[in-house]
Amino acid sequence: MLINTIQNLGRSGLSTIAGLGRAGAMLFGALKPSGRGFKLLPLLIKQLYVVGVQSLIIIVVSGLFIGMVLSLQGYTILVGYGAEQSLGQMVSLSLLRELGPVVSALLFAGRAGSALTAEIGLMKATEQLSSLEMMAIDPLHQIVAPRFWAGIISLPLLASIFSAVGIIGGHLVGVDWLGVDSGAFWSVMQSSVEWQEDIVNGGIKSIIFAIVVTWIALHKGYDAVPTSEGISKATTSTVVQSSLAILGVDFVLTAVMFG
Amino acid sequence: MNPADNIIEISAMNFSRDDRVIYNDINLSVPRGKVTAIMGPSGIGKTTLLRLIGGQIKPSSGSIKFNGEELVGINRKSLYKVRRKMGMLFQSGAMFTELSVFDNVAFPIREHTDLPESIIRKIVLMKLEAVGLRGAAQLFPSELSGGMARRAALARSIALDPDLIMYDEPFTGQDPISMGVIVRLIKELNDALGVTSIVVSHDVEEVLSIADYVYIIANKTVIAHGTPESLRQETSPQVIQFMQGRPDGPVPFHFPSDDYKEELFNHVN
Amino acid sequence: MSKKIELLVGAFLFAGIAAILMLGLKVADSQLGGSSESYKLVAKFSNIGGLKVRSSVKVGGVVVGRVASISLDEDFAPKVVMEIDTNFNQFPDSSSVAILTSGLLGEQFVGLTPGFVDEETEILADGDLIEDTRSAMVLEDLIGQFLYGNSED
Repeated sequence: MLINTIQNLGRSGLSTIAGLGRAGAMLFGALKPSGRGFKLLPLLIKQLYVVGVQSLIIIVVSGLFIGMVLSLQGYTILVGYGAEQSLGQMVSLSLLRELGPVVSALLFAGRAGSALTAEIGLMKATEQLSSLEMMAIDPLHQIVAPRFWAGIISLPLLASIFSAVGIIGGHLVGVDWLGVDSGAFWSVMQSSVEWQEDIVNGGIKSIIFAIVVTWIALHKGYDAVPTSEGISKATTSTVVQSSLAILGVDFVLTAVMFG
Repeated sequence: MNPADNIIEISAMNFSRDDRVIYNDINLSVPRGKVTAIMGPSGIGKTTLLRLIGGQIKPSSGSIKFNGEELVGINRKSLYKVRRKMGMLFQSGAMFTELSVFDNVAFPIREHTDLPESIIRKIVLMKLEAVGLRGAAQLFPSELSGGMARRAALARSIALDPDLIMYDEPFTGQDPISMGVIVRLIKELNDALGVTSIVVSHDVEEVLSIADYVYIIANKTVIAHGTPESLRQETSPQVIQFMQGRPDGPVPFHFPSDDYKEELFNHVN
Repeated sequence: MSKKIELLVGAFLFAGIAAILMLGLKVADSQLGGSSESYKLVAKFSNIGGLKVRSSVKVGGVVVGRVASISLDEDFAPKVVMEIDTNFNQFPDSSSVAILTSGLLGEQFVGLTPGFVDEETEILADGDLIEDTRSAMVLEDLIGQFLYGNSED
């Protein structure tokens, strides 16, 4: 009984490490220079469309609402201290430092990450990856690499758009609806937000989230059991694992950057 | 057979996946310019054999030679070079779903050559004409029937004029008409382009009608090989069972189980 | 279709960069690229209170620079190095600095008060020490002074 438990623990530990090894090998193979750079540019543009443009709507809408909610909640708290002037500071700092990078990464994992896993899993199941191999084309270069770079480029841009739209949403509610002075909103924000401290750190966060989410999504698809059941499992585990990874990594990064 | 006339030469090859032995000391050679069929019951790893030849997986031991060049332990770059001389038709066709039929066929040409677009167009149309799908060039794979998708995939696998085409179960799931079309295509392409074909299948009649040489694989090794005529004369019970599709024989109908009566009546619970 | 994708991707990249610019210029109000020239001034205090690196240095409420580093001198006096924008390079050496608080509980910053100019004063240059300093008000000290009426100054 106990022996069994330990055995299972050991086995799942080993398979986790082996999975990590395969994920690392996949990323290494994909990022190794292939010597056909310019042929890959159209693929990158295509993937920027799939990964970036198609995630834009959910990011803009969520950003707008989150900014509006932040402003509404913040106002009711701040007004108790007569400090509703600081609304701009509260909205912008929470968006730039935390909510922008984290929420957009979570949405990205759900929208683009799961789609990537399903797409690559399906390519594996329909033998498209094998068929590339047999055509003497490395699927890591052809399929994985452009998607990886598209993820890394898209998510920081999406997070910036999220924060910018969120601040506009906060302004909408705070200034146009609740009547906070517009000048105070912007000037308190400007005096408290630092380019280096807040915006660059937020950007670094979202680049790291992009690596984590895209890597997990691509690996899950590439490593999926090529059946319909395997693909649906892989898709679910992409969303679950990348969400957990985002929150865990966020804690570490926040501790390092702002702690 | 003279070894120089064999495009593929497999000798003393063993392959096992996890702990399960798939091939045990198998020897097999494919004569150049002929249609060679590899037959056997399902689940014995016929597709695996094609992947071994294509270098997608490595045997545990033994040697696989293509045009006299050893493929086992070859580096990736040389392997990719060798693969340009191979075409493979996958069971599902494996068309790239986001590209049109034309772009699918053009894909390997664009990737491996720097030909101008006007010449690529001509090559692609010629390949599509050969499989009778020139009219479907602008369709997407999702708009094709199963048989058409397989023919389009065939056009793609001959795009670079390979020396060897491997067909993985080309007849499964086809209606009689498209089956006939594909049987004819395999034979015609083989004769017209002078390529070597390997057909992996368990559709006995179709395969025997076009094959020049046949290997029957079972029990992890080759149990019989020869021309279709000589195989029809074969007396080994295993071969007879497979060739005539008898339900019971050396390959038992029943999965290994306890005694039937015993289990029905003496079951204590 | 491919053209349309290229356009949309271009628009997406443009929107992303515009968002970053908006965050940089409108929200953080940083002078992007204007990594304007600065020079360093040094001041020693007996107590810096809650002053931090990158706190602002203000003259009459106008930001002229930032605190670059805070360290302890060999005689255990807090030493504050300030980076001042070269646009403001005409402070006489009779100027004084004080650590002030914005509002009752707000952030602390360095307030610089330009001094008088006469024949003997010189203009402060890079690395110069400002002699005349006033330390931070520490709330606990103030309360103590109020309660016990003992003045240390």
